[in-house]
Amino acid sequence: MRAKRGSTWVRALRTPVGATGAALLVVVFLLAALAPVLWSAQASAVDTSQILRGSSSAHRLGTDSLGRDILYRLLVGTRLSVTLALGATAIGVGAGLVLGTTPMWLGARLGRIVGAAVNIAVAFPGLLLALFFAAVFGIGATGAVLAIGFAIAPGFARLTQTLVARVAGLDYIAAARIAGVGRGRVLIRHVLPNIGEPLVVNATIVAGNALLALAGLSFLGLGVQAPAYDWGRLLAESLNSIYINPSAAFATGLAVVVAGLAFNLFGEAVARGLGLRTPSAAVVSDRGRRTPRAPAPARADGAPDREPALLAVEGLCVSFPGPRGATTPVRDVGLSMRRGASVGIVGESGSGKSLTALAIAGLIEEPGRVDADRLEFLGADLRGDRVRAHRHLLGTSFAMVFQDPLASFNPTMRVGRQLAEVAEEHLGLRRAPAWARAVDRLRAVRLPGAERRARQFPHELSGGMRQRAMIGMGLMGTPALIVADEPTTALDVTVQRQVLRLLESIRATEHVAILLISHDITVVSHVCERVLVMYAGRVVEDLPTVDLPRCRHPYTRALLAAVPDLATDRSRPLTVIPGRPIDPSEYPVGCAFAPRCPLADEHCRHVDPALVADGHGRRVACWHADATPAERVGDPN
Amino acid sequence: MTSAALVARSVSALAGGPWTRFGLRRFGRLLVSVWVVVTAAFLMIHLVPGDPVRAALGATAPLDVVEARREVLGLNDPLWTQYGRYLQGLLSGDLGTSMTSGLPVSQVIGDRLPATVELAVYAFLLAIAVSVPLGLAMAAATRGGRRRHTELAFTSTSVVLAAIPEFLVAVGLVFVFSVQLGWAPVAGRSGPSSYVLPVVALALAPAAVLARIVRVEMLAVLQTDYIRTARAKRLPRRTVSVRHALPNALTASLTLCGLLLGAMVAGTVLVENVFAWPGLGTTIVGSIVGKDYPVVQGIVLVYGVGVLLVNLTVDIALALIDPRSTIRES
Repeated sequence: MRAKRGSTWVRALRTPVGATGAALLVVVFLLAALAPVLWSAQASAVDTSQILRGSSSAHRLGTDSLGRDILYRLLVGTRLSVTLALGATAIGVGAGLVLGTTPMWLGARLGRIVGAAVNIAVAFPGLLLALFFAAVFGIGATGAVLAIGFAIAPGFARLTQTLVARVAGLDYIAAARIAGVGRGRVLIRHVLPNIGEPLVVNATIVAGNALLALAGLSFLGLGVQAPAYDWGRLLAESLNSIYINPSAAFATGLAVVVAGLAFNLFGEAVARGLGLRTPSAAVVSDRGRRTPRAPAPARADGAPDREPALLAVEGLCVSFPGPRGATTPVRDVGLSMRRGASVGIVGESGSGKSLTALAIAGLIEEPGRVDADRLEFLGADLRGDRVRAHRHLLGTSFAMVFQDPLASFNPTMRVGRQLAEVAEEHLGLRRAPAWARAVDRLRAVRLPGAERRARQFPHELSGGMRQRAMIGMGLMGTPALIVADEPTTALDVTVQRQVLRLLESIRATEHVAILLISHDITVVSHVCERVLVMYAGRVVEDLPTVDLPRCRHPYTRALLAAVPDLATDRSRPLTVIPGRPIDPSEYPVGCAFAPRCPLADEHCRHVDPALVADGHGRRVACWHADATPAERVGDPN
Repeated sequence: MTSAALVARSVSALAGGPWTRFGLRRFGRLLVSVWVVVTAAFLMIHLVPGDPVRAALGATAPLDVVEARREVLGLNDPLWTQYGRYLQGLLSGDLGTSMTSGLPVSQVIGDRLPATVELAVYAFLLAIAVSVPLGLAMAAATRGGRRRHTELAFTSTSVVLAAIPEFLVAVGLVFVFSVQLGWAPVAGRSGPSSYVLPVVALALAPAAVLARIVRVEMLAVLQTDYIRTARAKRLPRRTVSVRHALPNALTASLTLCGLLLGAMVAGTVLVENVFAWPGLGTTIVGSIVGKDYPVVQGIVLVYGVGVLLVNLTVDIALALIDPRSTIRES
């Protein structure tokens, strides 16, 4: 704990902000310690022949109404300003800690009352509280320190409450309590050490604010009284003679700002350091473009008829610039779909399936980059900026359904309005007819009470209703393709079924093609005629759903084997695929699945297999695809 | 739990819609807070160490004068009687009498309040007018990690500006624009030109904070799923920004606006004193120094209730823009 804390503070010193703050702090503290010792005499030397003079070589910042040198007074005033600020901080932090930990001292009920009081006090700006206390304690340095201290307390108490609440929920605190350790002991031994760091950091920032606030009170004449002086008082005096001697006011103001910033910057730098995670050094690789090209899928998918493809994708790559070079999470993906077709893309999270869907839809945002040899929807080329030219075509014919229906609806707009705006935008309908169509579409997706639901906000609908409404949004135009990206993942199992059935029935009645993205191979095999399996950004197998039992890629087999069914022996642990999905920044030279593959050999690890068509409408990328079942090690079948 | 909150809770259990519940609960909280402010203002004079009248009249004042004044102010009565009388006075608009000028406190406040409100409102409008477009423009310019240098310059400038207290900004402005350039008067409230520097001094720090928040919020909103949905609907870019992103980005910024406006009410105190502005801020400081407790009490009350009303306004605006916040209110 101690070592970690030390390193955090040291690391903060290495950042430019932290270093600046620390250097300024050192200067401020040195001045506070030394200036009164060195220059007290000069600062209080009265010279009646030099009253209220401007800047000169003898008096750099001029003189005050008694002819005293302002520069020396400014330097000597550092000590009082800093001391008072630290005093106020100590009072505020101490009071805040006591108030913020009351639930632990006095129990939950009294703690709640204190908490409610703190909440009310926090709503008032600190300066107002300070003015109130200044009126109570009377003018003068002591009153000002108490006033600022008490003004700091509520905010600090709130912070402490939040931190304590976070820590108090942890298991070992609960364990200590159950073990009968007293409240005070739990607080001091277990809670405080764990919230010490953020508290110290915030106290540093609070000290900076206290310095500024005290300067403010002294400036108003409510703080330090003559003959004592701090920066605030000096500023008030120099403001009166700002026409004769502007440099004095300017320099004093600067001193206050710099000292205040020193505390703030240092505190902020450490705070940032606490939240920072150094990125683990990972090997850079970008082999996306170097992989061998897959054969064009148009002929390989066993679609002999002449009907033009609804969707044709070849050589699709998505890349993102990174601090260590670009990564390419989608590499050389190709697929084609006819009207009314249903294709599923499966793969683990991170396999690039969702990015593929977004890239096809033209929804990858900067700094992401999409490259494709071919990307056509209903004959329209969607590569690059051409997406925008086909706005109305896409708006009416290309529908998308996303994973999380709550997050995918705008929380501040009524559901019906969010549907209606599609019709207003792309069909040129006015408000009323667009609204009527929205309600009609909500009925079409069998949303109960469509008219009432349309007037509600997304959070007032259930998850299943929202996903129905989202599908209804896709039906506002006359869709030819619905891309559904994990449409059921966020829903209850029973609701999942209903949503999938809805998609199927829409496909049947409206002759709409469906591209279903899912991590769940059973969902895809229920709904789709064709399955594309993706791993590490590439299509590794492409086959008709009926052929799934005869799949040839070890990854596809592993996905199927991981699905429990009625015959699964439940006394044994569920099958899992060993290892983890690979990170896009670490794609290896050879087959990306090799590290997890039971069949992998040296060849697999060095040469990436191409996606090869077998002439029966199936494609696979595996060196061992033709291995007979007997040769297959760990074959689930 | 106070009785008002309990009443609000039990009533809300009976009432139906989220709006009714929100309204009742919010009103209950306002009542509790106002009661706390009123009680704090009342107690202030009793918290003063020693005899406030002796402090006000000075150590040399004859004992019978002090006693007579205590009698007039009712300070010799039991605390509960005084509290009751204070509340009764408040309800009939009587805030007491100034110990120095002998004027009714309500009249003192009535004379000074407009100047302060003017200052705060103008500064707030200026801060909004500058920071919202600036934050949005910066969000658009620095989206997706573009223009890192612009972003760094913007962020560091706004951090530094936000850290400088109003009264120092005010002194700096006086130094540059009044002393060096002679463009604006140094102090006072006479004619439009005298408003410029106080308003700018008050608006600068909040504008810097707000611009930074608006930028961050806008960037966060542009990352959300519902913006992706809006883009998937192929709406024009401007519609996506204005209709879908902006209201959501502003809800979070609005919460902050409340805090900033509250802080601005306090900031007027310092700025008024730099510019000798004839508002509540100069009056309360003068009254604290002069130990004119009834005036201080009255002005503390006005500031406190002002802050509460600001918070209330923000909460209502928030509920109108983002209906989910009516639920969150609990």
